[in-house]
Amino acid sequence: MSRIRTVFSHLKTINKKALIPYITAGDPHPKHTVNLMHAMVASGADMIELGVPFSDPMADGPVIQRASERALVHKIGLSKVLGFVAEFRQTDDKTPIILMGYANPIEAMGAEKFTKSAKAAGVDGVITVDYPPEECKEFISQLQANDMDSIFLLSPTTDAARVSLIVSQASGFLYYVSLKGVTGSANLDIEEVKARVAEIKKVTNLPVGVGFGVKDSVTAKNVASFADAVVVGSRMVQAIENSTDANLLTNVSDLIAELRIAIDA
Amino acid sequence: MQVYDMPDARGHFGRFGGTFVAETLIEALEELRVMYEKYRFDEAFLAEYAHDLKHFVGRPSPIYHAKRWSDKVGGAQIYLKREDLNHTGAHKVNNTVGQALLAKRMGKPRVIAETGAGQHGVATATIAARMGLECVVYMGSEDVKRQAPNVFRMKLLGATVVPVESGSKTLKDALNEAMRDWVTNIENTFYIIGTVAGPHPYPMMVRDFQAVIGVEAKQQMQEMIGRQPDAVVACVGGGSNAMGIFYPYIDVPNVRLIGVEAAGHGLETGMHAAPLTANSPAGVLHGNRTYLMQDANGNIVETHSISAGLDYPGVGPEHAWLKDIKRAEYVAITDDEAMAAFHSLCRTEGIIPALESSHALAHAEKMAKTMRKDEIILVNLSGRGDKDINTVAKLANITL
Repeated sequence: MSRIRTVFSHLKTINKKALIPYITAGDPHPKHTVNLMHAMVASGADMIELGVPFSDPMADGPVIQRASERALVHKIGLSKVLGFVAEFRQTDDKTPIILMGYANPIEAMGAEKFTKSAKAAGVDGVITVDYPPEECKEFISQLQANDMDSIFLLSPTTDAARVSLIVSQASGFLYYVSLKGVTGSANLDIEEVKARVAEIKKVTNLPVGVGFGVKDSVTAKNVASFADAVVVGSRMVQAIENSTDANLLTNVSDLIAELRIAIDA
Repeated sequence: MQVYDMPDARGHFGRFGGTFVAETLIEALEELRVMYEKYRFDEAFLAEYAHDLKHFVGRPSPIYHAKRWSDKVGGAQIYLKREDLNHTGAHKVNNTVGQALLAKRMGKPRVIAETGAGQHGVATATIAARMGLECVVYMGSEDVKRQAPNVFRMKLLGATVVPVESGSKTLKDALNEAMRDWVTNIENTFYIIGTVAGPHPYPMMVRDFQAVIGVEAKQQMQEMIGRQPDAVVACVGGGSNAMGIFYPYIDVPNVRLIGVEAAGHGLETGMHAAPLTANSPAGVLHGNRTYLMQDANGNIVETHSISAGLDYPGVGPEHAWLKDIKRAEYVAITDDEAMAAFHSLCRTEGIIPALESSHALAHAEKMAKTMRKDEIILVNLSGRGDKDINTVAKLANITL
């Protein structure tokens, strides 16, 4: 069984929801990435979404854009990101790692080389923001051939027919974008999100995670009451942005612990 | 004869084009695709478009035989399609008129646009004012500094200009930011993309609105000289003026189509904006697959051109396709070569061309010299150079 499925089924048996923090690989400095990953797991993260820096992150708000820019100063590309994952795997063989990024770095490496290297490094799932299912059939089959999950976004504007199409291509879990906008924008409408997640769950048995607008522990708690996973991105990156080398790990760990308590409450 | 019929139903030109966007934009693009399909051949819509092009833009734009310049160059006869004479000074307005009419039919009270040099921003602000639409233009903060007169023009026309501080602070970043605005304000906003790039249906739709250039040219050449030119030459940044004049000629045999990219300081220096000529690899940016200037990690690299309108790391996907099927040829002209052609046309013909169009002129000059006097080159003079006088003056160390 894949790591992602193992984690979700375990959480189900103990009646808990998944906490999935996002950080951009190489932010604020490459030397911190693997330490940050371990620290997040130690303080309560169930899976990690690791962002691949990209020069033109169209779906991201200013916070995650800045994270990409900080990482790109250190020339962090896809192969270095896979290097971080492999290093992380040396001491953690359980926590699922999901790569999140854009199509062009993958195409520059070559889809076949990427899927093989990602599998070898210990990646479990891939979210490619600008690969809608119609445009990436070959990529999905290569992910499947290498036993990795293809995780897709669903948005507030995705209609029922499209939800079915996406569900048919997806594995691991579905990622519901909780608002119309970019990552880290306005506050989400919890009742609306709840209703949409209920609709999605009618057509799939896959777990449904919610992200893009989870800004604090109250929102995290509310989302966890109906979703299978809570994804926290811009808020994590903000904590990184506001830290120094000295307090980085503590600040990030404290934030994860706070979110964990809220979600479990 | 095989009829050129591109793109396919999902916007693919062979392996290029397509719809590479986040799920959050899919619904808006689908709505646009359906509405454009509905009006694309709608008589009332096309009549309104033609009416505005005639009475507001001033079409048809003439074709002018640059006889003195042809004689000076020595060789083929050079004809100019005078898009510089359009209202707002460039071809860009052909497209903004069309898209704004569509926005109106879709009931969207707000339009947004990205702009580099500011020509597309001005053309969008112009049509928004004319139709009573709210208008927000995204422009890289570097370009805001470089193109102050156009920023002021947009403001005069009632638009809000938002300087973009992310990335390289130029056109590509303005496009990213406009996409982010659109995804946030999908209900009331129509995104008017200015070139034949972006996700489907933009490359097709912008081409269709710009095709009026080539449609007119074919008829005008027939009337003027009783035949079609031997070569059609146009500059290519994103490639909208080139697609506009090329498209009606694709099925016409024996007419060479030549796209001229910006070689900047020279292809060998890496400081250019010529992905096709430099054989850049294919990739995905701004919603479509095309040839892209990028590093080994797939990050988009900074481009260079004296002309802000050509300063773009990608190119419309249909140009990538035309290059692959060898229907069009692509070459590049340096900053210096473009400047020389700029001055030459000013002094010989009394026409101040845009720096973008000067790239096409420079290549036409090179070609003409190798051709017979009875051969004909048609250059798309895509815009006038009034907007460039500050750049040109600065190069000559002149304070205005």
